[in-house]
This record gives sequence, C-alpha cells and structure tokens, in this order.
Amino acid sequence: MEFMDQIFVNLKSTVLTLAGGFLPPWAVILLCAAISLGVIAVIGPVTMMYLTLIERKVLARMQNRIGPNRTGPWGLLQPLADGIKMLTKEDIVPKNADRIVHLVAPILIVIPALLVFAVIPFGKNMIPADLSVGVLYFLSISSTTTIAIFSASWASRNKYSLLGGMRAVAQMISYEIPMVLSVVPILLVTQSLSTGAIVRAQGAYGGWGWFVFTPWGFAAFITFFLCAVAECNRSPFDLPEAESEIVAGFHTEYSGMKFALFYMAEFMNAFTLSALAATLFLGGWQGPWLPSWAWFFIKTYALIFIMLWFRGTLPRFRVDQMMNLAWKFLLPLSLINILVAGFWHFANPPLAIGGSIAMLWASGWIFTRLNRDYTPEKRTYLFGE
Amino acid sequence: MRIAVSDASFTPPRVQGRNTRKGLTTLSMMPPLEFIIKMGIYALMTVCVAGALLSVLFRNLFHAALALTGVLLGIAGIYLALHADFLAMIQVLIYVGAVMTLVIFAIMLTERFGDASLRQFNHQSWAALGGGILLLTFLVRMIQTTPWPVKNQAALASPAVTVVQLGEALLGPYVFPFEIISVILIAALIGAIVVARKDLEA
Repeated sequence: MEFMDQIFVNLKSTVLTLAGGFLPPWAVILLCAAISLGVIAVIGPVTMMYLTLIERKVLARMQNRIGPNRTGPWGLLQPLADGIKMLTKEDIVPKNADRIVHLVAPILIVIPALLVFAVIPFGKNMIPADLSVGVLYFLSISSTTTIAIFSASWASRNKYSLLGGMRAVAQMISYEIPMVLSVVPILLVTQSLSTGAIVRAQGAYGGWGWFVFTPWGFAAFITFFLCAVAECNRSPFDLPEAESEIVAGFHTEYSGMKFALFYMAEFMNAFTLSALAATLFLGGWQGPWLPSWAWFFIKTYALIFIMLWFRGTLPRFRVDQMMNLAWKFLLPLSLINILVAGFWHFANPPLAIGGSIAMLWASGWIFTRLNRDYTPEKRTYLFGE
Repeated sequence: MRIAVSDASFTPPRVQGRNTRKGLTTLSMMPPLEFIIKMGIYALMTVCVAGALLSVLFRNLFHAALALTGVLLGIAGIYLALHADFLAMIQVLIYVGAVMTLVIFAIMLTERFGDASLRQFNHQSWAALGGGILLLTFLVRMIQTTPWPVKNQAALASPAVTVVQLGEALLGPYVFPFEIISVILIAALIGAIVVARKDLEA
C-alpha cells in the first residue's frame, strides 16, 4: 500500500540518486527539474488526446450512438489518427490576417495551460512545485488566456472571429470574479495559498474531511465548478465558439495544427480546472484504501465526466442569461459565502451548522427570486392587434 | 551522493531551499547554476526593456498593447527572481489578466484599431519627454539613496511571507492606502459609467 502510494516518488529519487553518482550536484538539480517538466510535458498532451476520445465516447452513449470504434480496439487509436491528420492538414492563413499575431496566438494559449500543471498535487508528495502562492499562481496564470484568445480573434480579420473573441473576453472576465471569490473561504479556513497545504488540511476523519461536506464548502464548490466550466468555454457556456451563431468563434480562421493547439489548450484547461476543483473542495489526493494518486485521478475524471454530462444535456445559454448568472447570482452568493465561512469558523458547532445552512439557503432563495424573469399575465401587442 | 528528496519531493531542491540559509549556501556553491539564474534575470530585463521600447515604437496599437503585456510579464518574472512570489502573482493577475485585457478591449472598440497611419507625436511630445526625464532622475536619485537591505544576508534568509501576515499588514499599518485605492477604483468605475451614458444619449 505504502509502496504503491509512493511508487512514483521513489522512482524519481532512485533516478536522482543514480545520476548523483556521476553528475555534479548542479546537474542533478537541473535533472530534478527536468524530470518534473518532462512528465508534465507528456501528461498534458496525452491527457488532451484521450479526453477527446472520452468526450466522443461519452457523448455518443448519451445520444444512443456507439462513437469512434474503427481505429484500434474501442477506438483507442483514434486520437493518434486525429493527430496525424491535424499535422498533415494544410495551414491556411487569411490574406488580410496579421501574420505574426495569427501565428503566435495558438502558441500563447498553450503556454498558460501547461504552466498551471506545476502546482497541481497529483498525489501525496507528488506536487511538481509546492509554491507558497500556489492557488494564486493557478488563477493568475490561467487569467492570461484571455489575451491569447483575443489576439487570435483580432489577427484573423474575420467578423465572426472578432465577435467570438469579444464574447470570450466578456465571459471570462465576468466569471473570473466569482471564481476567485469562491476560493476565498478555503483560504480563510486553511490560512494558506499553497495547494499542498490545502489538501493536507482536508485529511481529517481518515481522509474524509473534504471541504465540500461543509455548507460553505458546498456552495463554494458549486460556484467554482460553474465558473470553471465557463472559464474553459465548455457547453453550456460555449458562446465564444457557438457554431450555430458565429461559425466557430475565435478559431474560425485556424486550420491544421494551429486549430489543434486551441483544442489542446481547451482540454488541458478542462483537466486542470477539474483537478483544482478536486484539490480545493474534494480533498485532492485524500481518501481511504486506494493510493493517493488514484484518488486524485478518480476525482478529477469524475468532474470531467460531469462537464461532458453538461454538454450532453444542456442547451447553450443566451448571452444575457450567461451574464445574469455570473453577476446577479454567483457573485452575490460567493460574497455571502465568505461571510458564512467566517461565521462557521467562529460559532459553536450546532449554531455554526444550522446558521450557515440557513444563511446560504435563504440567500440562494432570495437571489433566485430576484432573478426571476418578469412574465406578464397577458401579452400586449403594440402593433399586432 | 544521495539527494534528499524530502516532503515536497517533486520540487527541485533549489526551490525548497530558497528561503533557508542552507539552501542559499548550496546555491552559492554551484557556479553553473548561479550563472544560469543570472542569465535568466538578464534575459528578463532585456525582455522588459525591449518590450517597453516596442510598445512605444509600434505604430499598430494592438501590437503595442501586446508588447506592453510582455513588459508586465517580464516585471512579474523579476519579482519572482527577487523572491516576491505574492507580488509577482498579483502583478500577473491584475495587470496582465485584468488591465491589459481591458486595454485591448478598449482598443478594439475604438474606431481605427490596427490603423498604421496613427500619429505617434503631437504638441505634447516635448512636455512628455521633460516629464519622463524628471521622473527618471527622481527614480535614479531614489535608487542611489535608499539603503538596500538586500545586501544583508539575514534579510535573504527570512522565511516566506504567509497569507496571515499579508492580511494583517493590509488591515493594520497599510489600511489607509488600501482604502484610498478602493475609493479611487470606485471613482474610476463611476466615471466610466458616466462617460458611457453620455455617449448613449448623444
């Protein structure tokens, strides 16, 4: 059990010890960083490749189809075939496009998506870099994605691209605020910004002290997860690339590998945001019986499955509905939630539990009441009658 | 030799030892690593200066904004190199994530974005140059007269700042600047709404 839990950690330290036999210390330190970097550089793209397959399979099952099943058993080689196809496709650049920005934008979008892997605790002692500002690092690095999306849409010189870029920026700025605010209760309680420390703080009751089991943790988890779905432009928040309205949004004018890079960034963001949600609210690698890394991947893929489920179930939001959800529901709820977390921290247990559930339920009810659309009993037609 | 891969084992020892005296002594014993770090800092500085020049020299407003983004990211990198992790992250979150996005948004909404024929000089150019030189001399004077505590080894070895300390500092000694900033931001918000409304009615 302990052996399986620490197998990757021990593997790495064995490699480093062997290398220490003939390499100078500074080279060993570089090698130590290089191993972590190499693992991330492999995990990121491979995750993306197989997420496309998982998404197609799951969606197909939800729609009573079979999904890809021709390349390899259960279509397992489909991602490789897609990759080869993407690489050999013609690279088309519009005549009036800004060539340099058009080329740089897909590269810029992948960099933050890969960088955020650095602070994700994949298992016990398996965090690539346990920064003291880990959560802040994740949020700040992923906020730079907007600029890349915007450059892509601007450089294409296409009105649909531009509309998609505008929508993307409006959406990402709006959802970033409730997302950051929903993390604040966690930081208040753990008094730390490090992802490793946040996971360790959820180890009570034999690995079951997850924050999602507290009232404020549950509200924050729902807020954070909805914002995460919106941040990576997935359905039902896929307005920036709504194919029925604006072709393909900001990546209309991209083909071949450049297009694949946008997809790669999107799927890696879906993975890392699910991983962060699992880390902050679902106890990260904490859990009984199984090795820590197994728990981490089970939780992350469960959240990814919920994202796919959303896509298979819900229709796309309208722009006004999307904005209303962020500014009129999630933002006030996450502000109230910070108050509730403070109350929970200082009140006595019975009062804390009852009081915080009551506060959250009441505020949730009030916000839904206030957000209800006005529907007149009788329609009045100005010109119809 | 066995490298101690302790608690945070996937973290390279350099990062772990950053804030302890032991870590620093091992770092100074490794000239190649020190050389690489120095080169990295110089590269960051070059990026900053080049980006700042380009953001002024580019005729295309969008390109200028992207160059400015590069400068801000480079400054965040320098903060990181100076062990100011929190400041670096806030720099990226606020300036790159929020301010530059809004700047680019504003550029998109203006009429002649991407127009190469924009004038780069007007009658205020010379006054701006004078102001810039004044600011530069002031900053150089300030850098020369400040007794930099970084030269002190004890300051380098101080432990990392925790969230609790940051919170206490913001609501304790720095509460006045903190509140002033929020008042300024509110004023800017109301101002933006007023400007936008005027446009709507006209």
